[in-house]
Amino acid sequence: MQVLYGRHHVRVFRFGLRLVRDEQVAEDLISEVFLDVWRQAGKFEGRSAVSTWLLAITRFKALSALRRRKDVGLDDEAANAIEDTSDDPEVAVQKKDTSAALRKCLTALTREHREIVDLVYYHEKSVEEVAEIVGIPENTVKTRLFYARKKLAELLKAAGVERGWP
Amino acid sequence: MAMSKKILEQEPSEMEMLLPWHAAGTLNARDARRVDEALARDPELAKQYAAIREEYAETIDLNESLGAPSGRAMAKLFAAIDGEPARKPSASLKISAQVAGFFARLSPRTLAWSASLGALALLLQAGVIGAVLLKNQTATYQTASLSTNEPITRALGPEAPPRALVRFAPDARVADITALLDNYQASIIDGAKGGMFRLQFGNKPMAKDEVTDLMRKLQSEKIVNLAVATP
Repeated sequence: MQVLYGRHHVRVFRFGLRLVRDEQVAEDLISEVFLDVWRQAGKFEGRSAVSTWLLAITRFKALSALRRRKDVGLDDEAANAIEDTSDDPEVAVQKKDTSAALRKCLTALTREHREIVDLVYYHEKSVEEVAEIVGIPENTVKTRLFYARKKLAELLKAAGVERGWP
Repeated sequence: MAMSKKILEQEPSEMEMLLPWHAAGTLNARDARRVDEALARDPELAKQYAAIREEYAETIDLNESLGAPSGRAMAKLFAAIDGEPARKPSASLKISAQVAGFFARLSPRTLAWSASLGALALLLQAGVIGAVLLKNQTATYQTASLSTNEPITRALGPEAPPRALVRFAPDARVADITALLDNYQASIIDGAKGGMFRLQFGNKPMAKDEVTDLMRKLQSEKIVNLAVATP
């Protein structure tokens, strides 16, 4: 368990944090995820990579945590409204920092779009693996990422960043 | 708003949708080759791919900037694991543990009685098996290591009268069979198993040649289909 934890806990934490946007909750999440893994190790069928299995559990736990938070009045939209001390996209562009604007826009995506962008770009998951983690058909995975990128382009354009696409 | 509408009106092509996975290097070889070919012939697609590579790099930077969890998460996890109940043993282990537990609960006196009863049960079982074997066994023995074609048999008790397995013709009447039994001084000693009757001839043992002649004669009877000498 220590080896498994050592190898995967950072990525699990980051994936969870991007979903719940709360470090404390994300830390609680990884404890829950690895405890579930310890309890259900016999159920792992080995058909997918361990990291895919871990990310699927993390996503499930994160959504449960978000639902609980919604119950106490702090939903995803409210979490989005929490003040971020970094520059907003327009200010970042004024500072000629396109990278910072892009990062800001990546953060401003909806939860569904954030998770698919992270799974493909950062966690380097294939179409099939993303479908398994998110629980949607492979074609939906492709179109969802396409529209996440379109939304990102919209946000960038609104912030004054033109990239020549779309 | 106008731009959003325009964006939503555009249907992505298969190649466009695969570009992010191409940037991340997670496409299979066949799709990767298809995307490469499309990029080489389509400048618009290549422009889009350049934008995707920026997104890819920034997504990695963004995630890497999130840091790592504190030691609290690990401490909490392993404390929770320590608090978990012991894992359930497998079914076979569980049964053997139950058996061991049953005997462990018995007093020495009870165990001694149980052992005596067990020994008695074994003796009874051996007796029953022996009786069954004696009942079914013929009064001869055969050496286990004999390699000749003809088994050497030796009578263990007084010699018995000859016996044969006989199959009567399907159209044989009861009167004919009764007459045959009278003629041969034979009696049916076992029922019709598989259409065969076991007959015993007379009350005295016969020489081998006599038995052979008897079988030949019996076989020639019109109402007999088959006659085979048997112990």
